Amino acid sequence: MTASGSGGEGLAVTLRQQRPMPLDLAFDCAPGEVVALFGPSGSGKTTTLRAIAGLHRPEHGRIRCGSELWLDVEQGVEVPPHRRAVGMVFQDYALFPHMTVLGNVLAAMGHRPRREREMRARELLALVHLEEHAGRRPGGLSGGQRQRVAVARALAHDPAALLLDEPFAAVDRAMRVGLYGELESLRRSVRAPIVLVTHDFDEVARLADRIVLLERGRLVVQGPVTEITNRMDLTHFGMQYDPGSLLDARIEAHDVERQLTRLVFDGGVLWAPLLDAPADLRLRIRIAAREVSLARRAPEEISLHNVLSATVSTITPAADPALVLVGLQTGGARLLAQVTRDAVSRLAIAPGTPLFALIKSVAVLRPGSGLHT
Amino acid sequence: MDWTAFRLSIELGVVTLLGLVPPAIVAGRALAYGRFRGKGFVEALVALPLLLPPTVVGFYLLVLFGRHGPLGQAFEAISGQGLAFSFEGLVLACIVVNIPFAVQPVQRAFESIPREVREAAAVSGMSPLRAFMAVELPLAWPGIVSALVLTFAHTLGEFGVVLMVGGSIPGETRTIAIAIYDRVQAFDDRSAGLMAATLLVLSVAALGATNTLATRIGRRHDG
Repeated sequence: MTASGSGGEGLAVTLRQQRPMPLDLAFDCAPGEVVALFGPSGSGKTTTLRAIAGLHRPEHGRIRCGSELWLDVEQGVEVPPHRRAVGMVFQDYALFPHMTVLGNVLAAMGHRPRREREMRARELLALVHLEEHAGRRPGGLSGGQRQRVAVARALAHDPAALLLDEPFAAVDRAMRVGLYGELESLRRSVRAPIVLVTHDFDEVARLADRIVLLERGRLVVQGPVTEITNRMDLTHFGMQYDPGSLLDARIEAHDVERQLTRLVFDGGVLWAPLLDAPADLRLRIRIAAREVSLARRAPEEISLHNVLSATVSTITPAADPALVLVGLQTGGARLLAQVTRDAVSRLAIAPGTPLFALIKSVAVLRPGSGLHT
Repeated sequence: MDWTAFRLSIELGVVTLLGLVPPAIVAGRALAYGRFRGKGFVEALVALPLLLPPTVVGFYLLVLFGRHGPLGQAFEAISGQGLAFSFEGLVLACIVVNIPFAVQPVQRAFESIPREVREAAAVSGMSPLRAFMAVELPLAWPGIVSALVLTFAHTLGEFGVVLMVGGSIPGETRTIAIAIYDRVQAFDDRSAGLMAATLLVLSVAALGATNTLATRIGRRHDG
């Protein structure tokens, strides 16, 4: 067992089975990347995660992590779970109730020399802000604290792959945003592939780089979150979220005098109210479709900062019969605008029409706690 | 007060515990986690001594232990003496009657450990043996303690099977429960009463100790 989270080419998973539930999928996860396994309950997300950990044996499959082969059914290779360098956070955390917080973390350090363990365990508890609770037992902790113990225990195993099974499901909404922030800083410090099982689209939007969409055990589609979630033909996200587009952007510069921050993304430049974050930081932003208006000619002397030239790519009906969703291509990025049916006919909008997109607000989903513009 | 009988009962209880509890932990765990054919049948077999009248159990054991029984012959070939009406035969009989008292609490205790907690031990890098020692055994401990107490108390009090298999040989097979019966038969109510009271106090103390221990462990888990 090696402690090299950074070494190798990440995680490669192929699974196929008929029983106990059908499963047919393949995906990769690079070091430092967050892949979300997304889908309704019963779609095979957790089974997939358990197979990676070695807790479920599929009928056919191959799982490689870095240079180590963990499973190859055809070759008869199956590494037992305790010999796989995984860190796993269970849905209800599965802490050891008879051990202290520190004991829980130490319990996952059997691979380290004895004298190193306690210092490393205390470091990890500091990382998840639980140093002062080291001597307590899980029974006396809040949901959020338990979750952080589970994360520290998973990291204590020096995982070559970090597996998170609905890690926020047992935490109330108000606490989640803070925990998202912690996971975010975590993924910068841990250079391991991270597989996140979730059925909450908000978590995908905030946390994931790539999405693997599952339905009844079958892979529907996979790809970058910003690309897949902006596709109109996939109805899987529609019900959970009001329409909009996810984009990856980078802070280019701050203009302190104008109190603005300049962001660049595949579609050009966006201005946001001054963000308290360093330049070059990568952000996940979201532009809601109802925050985008359309104009045939470039507007002059308007209060909005963000006007992008774009081309219409798709026109689809919205949930409300009076409204339509207009897909726009701007540079390498896709935007969605929600306008009235009447506006579409007045402006004679059709696929291919050149337009200007007027963006009223940009929401920053990552990092931190969603600062809105 | 028949001190010989008292000592014999304690010895019988301790030896029965030593002989029964370790395999009961293995069997209880296997029944809790194992998925095998005939599991229901095995569980019924484990519970059987609870339902059968002690004289029936005693009778079949006597047949097995006797000069012509397979166990009796095997034992005689090894040790040169008979199994029926001996201390060794009594131990074996007590182990058999106490199987449900030892296995069932242990099985329930292992069943009560959430599957995810055991899986967490594995994905934390613990070998099956280490997970057993560091996670399963401490969590199943209340069940194991109650198996110990139940078995011990039940061995002290067992009457029917002991009488059938052991008779009432002083210093060899006359336990305190048998001695009480003997004293009552001899109209020695004072001795019988003294010994009965001793058994009563021991049983109450054992139950009290288990309860205290169980709540203390429970409180410890709640942090």
